Amino acid sequence: MDNEKLSLPQYDIPEDMQHAIAVTTLDRLYNWGRRSSVWPLMFGLACCAIEMIAAQTARYDMARFGMEVMRPTPRQADLLLVSGTVTKKMVPAIVRLYNQMPEPKYVVAMGACASGGGPFKEGYNVVAGIDKFLPVDVYIPGCPPTPQALIAGMIKLQEKIDKQTMKTNRWYDKKKVDANYVPVPVLGPDLMDPRRYDELKAAAAAKATQQESA
Amino acid sequence: MTAPASTLTVDLAARFPGIVTAETRPGCTGFIVEKDNLIEVATVIRDELGFDLLTAVTGVDYFPEEKMEVVYHAYKTTGGPGLVFKVQVPRVDPVEVPSLIDIWPGVDLQEREAWDLMGIKFTGHPDLRRILMWEGFDGHPLRKDWKEGFYEEDTKPFKSRWPDGQFYMAEEKNPFNDNLTFPTNFDPEKWIPEGDALLYGALARYTVKQEDGMSTDRIVINMGPHHPSTHGVFRAVMTLDGETIVGLKPVLGYLHRNHDKIGERNTYLQNMPFTDRLDYFNSMTNNFGYALAVEKLMGIPVAERAEYIRIIVSELSRVQNHLIFIGTLLNDLGAMYTPSLYAFEERELILDIFEEISGARMMCNYFRFGGVVRDIPDSAMKKIKDLVYDRLQAKTDELDRMLTENEILVSRMKDVPMISAEDAIRYSVTGPVLRAAGVPYDIRRADPYGIYDRFDFDVAVRHNGDLMDNYLIRIDEIRQSLRILEQAIKQIPEGPINSQKPAYQVRVPAGEAYGRIESPKGELAFYLVSNGKPNPWRYHVRPASFVNLNALEKISIGAKIADFVVILAMFDIVMGECDR
Repeated sequence: MDNEKLSLPQYDIPEDMQHAIAVTTLDRLYNWGRRSSVWPLMFGLACCAIEMIAAQTARYDMARFGMEVMRPTPRQADLLLVSGTVTKKMVPAIVRLYNQMPEPKYVVAMGACASGGGPFKEGYNVVAGIDKFLPVDVYIPGCPPTPQALIAGMIKLQEKIDKQTMKTNRWYDKKKVDANYVPVPVLGPDLMDPRRYDELKAAAAAKATQQESA
Repeated sequence: MTAPASTLTVDLAARFPGIVTAETRPGCTGFIVEKDNLIEVATVIRDELGFDLLTAVTGVDYFPEEKMEVVYHAYKTTGGPGLVFKVQVPRVDPVEVPSLIDIWPGVDLQEREAWDLMGIKFTGHPDLRRILMWEGFDGHPLRKDWKEGFYEEDTKPFKSRWPDGQFYMAEEKNPFNDNLTFPTNFDPEKWIPEGDALLYGALARYTVKQEDGMSTDRIVINMGPHHPSTHGVFRAVMTLDGETIVGLKPVLGYLHRNHDKIGERNTYLQNMPFTDRLDYFNSMTNNFGYALAVEKLMGIPVAERAEYIRIIVSELSRVQNHLIFIGTLLNDLGAMYTPSLYAFEERELILDIFEEISGARMMCNYFRFGGVVRDIPDSAMKKIKDLVYDRLQAKTDELDRMLTENEILVSRMKDVPMISAEDAIRYSVTGPVLRAAGVPYDIRRADPYGIYDRFDFDVAVRHNGDLMDNYLIRIDEIRQSLRILEQAIKQIPEGPINSQKPAYQVRVPAGEAYGRIESPKGELAFYLVSNGKPNPWRYHVRPASFVNLNALEKISIGAKIADFVVILAMFDIVMGECDR
């Protein structure tokens, strides 16, 4: 959203007060501020991280769009850029990082691996996409996506922020206290999602009966 | 093409009758050593025969023959072909092989990897924990009878994906809808994670206090897997006494993408794009190593023009890798951004060339068996010439001028010890770190591959072995690469770019091959076992980053924690290659 729209909201403002006051909605003001200061977490997983760095450098310069301030700590970041293959061994750490980020927070799955497993999907240590654990806002295809594609994806995220309203955002829901908390997966004989323990137990038991009958 | 690495001048079988037998399987070379005499034979190989650099330890599962095999590749740091020796043991748990850690400490991580993925127990190894997977994981995934959650078939192409079959994906049939498998009757709520307890247990031997009267606590610090200067998802757990590191264990596997398992399922050509994603800065050199290994197996020549193209793209890749190294090193030293912006500027120009000739900036997938996939267009050739003759020379000098005398750089790196030559060899360190320690070992010279023997260049070597030398050697290597590039551009002939017809499926005879190249990080090698089928029976990557990390513990103990970041940066690790 440009500044024109912000200060000219189609209300009749007396002529002598024009350009002195602005009438707008709180949502708009709030979104305008947030979309122009998306701070990504400085967090690279694999090949895509290199293109993420390249997007920061002088040639592509992500800073033009207000999202250049990479923060090494999740406590200061708004955006988790999952840039690379998500392995089972790494998932607990990623979920922990996500839980540590203050709200409002967004997740961008960069590249084929983070979106759906990519070329390594069949691997025994690979999670087929971070969306099995975290709510993803934007998916960026490519292996790896070029810096241009990454910037296009970030602009998509800004468009998404523009459309949000405080009334329905999940992090302002008073009834749900920790609406955004994702239980940290556990590394067992395989990766275990605590939200699916009942399912796992049932399947393991079914395997036992199957073996008995065989 | 060069002679196979295992062309031998020594006859171990005559030296140890009854203990060592020469390999007789078709296409295989080397010697098979009796398990009980392994340490004795290995000592002779190192001390009397002079094979002081043990580069690779590979487990192979010969499932139909009910055998497990461990393959060792040893080389001389004075150059020349290597020696392959193997141990065979019955495939009955526990599969036990004596550890060679007392002879070559550099086998540490590789033996742990073989234990983790193959289930081969190395008796005598002091810290035999899993390395790529986590402690408590169910099974040893590289064994041929281990099946993962999405298992469809042993080899590709899968029948279900073939045009005349009904198309479906394994995950549609999988009740979990992800690739999870669990032991029978498993109860997740009763599970106690054991990995960290074991890890800190491995560090516990450093917590003995030797203070004289003063009582101080030692603290354990976790660095990574999320840390800006770990170059990815490396994790180091260290014990500190004040600011001095007294114990350190690297924790790997956070980017373990099952390269070996997927590679054994793929056909030979399908592996080529996967190798791009090993060391993702240098897809060109990764391709080179893999193409070399398969060409050795197939016994095919490489087209003359393609040989030159291979050298040109590999050396360009080396230049951009070292530029990035310098940029990130300065980042790690605290000179945030500006040097790395300089480095990335040149890198973009090289990536533009790669994009023009291969179609992708980073994942080039450019090599084919017998040549390369397409020719360098004239426009790209002009760009390469401009870069090599003009711009890169000037920019290297500029970086050198800007950084080398820099006060911060000098005070942080000058006379801070990295590793001595003896230790570097013992710990199987290769690449710039070995050469900065004073050992002029460069595979391009010591065991030439491709057409490197036709070029005139110096092996960059430095003798102080401090951090400063490790930085300077990268600048030296950029200059030498530019020298090779100048000659290659002048000499490149016209002609076909592939000696073979393009084919989706190549015929590879039974046998084994070890293709090794000098990647910018060190020795990158591919060990392949073929049984004549369209898919490799064993596909193992010997990554430079992973094996170099053997020495990390040795170097770091006694160093200050602030220097640890720089020491790690000197290894120039890439986790894609390290964890595979």
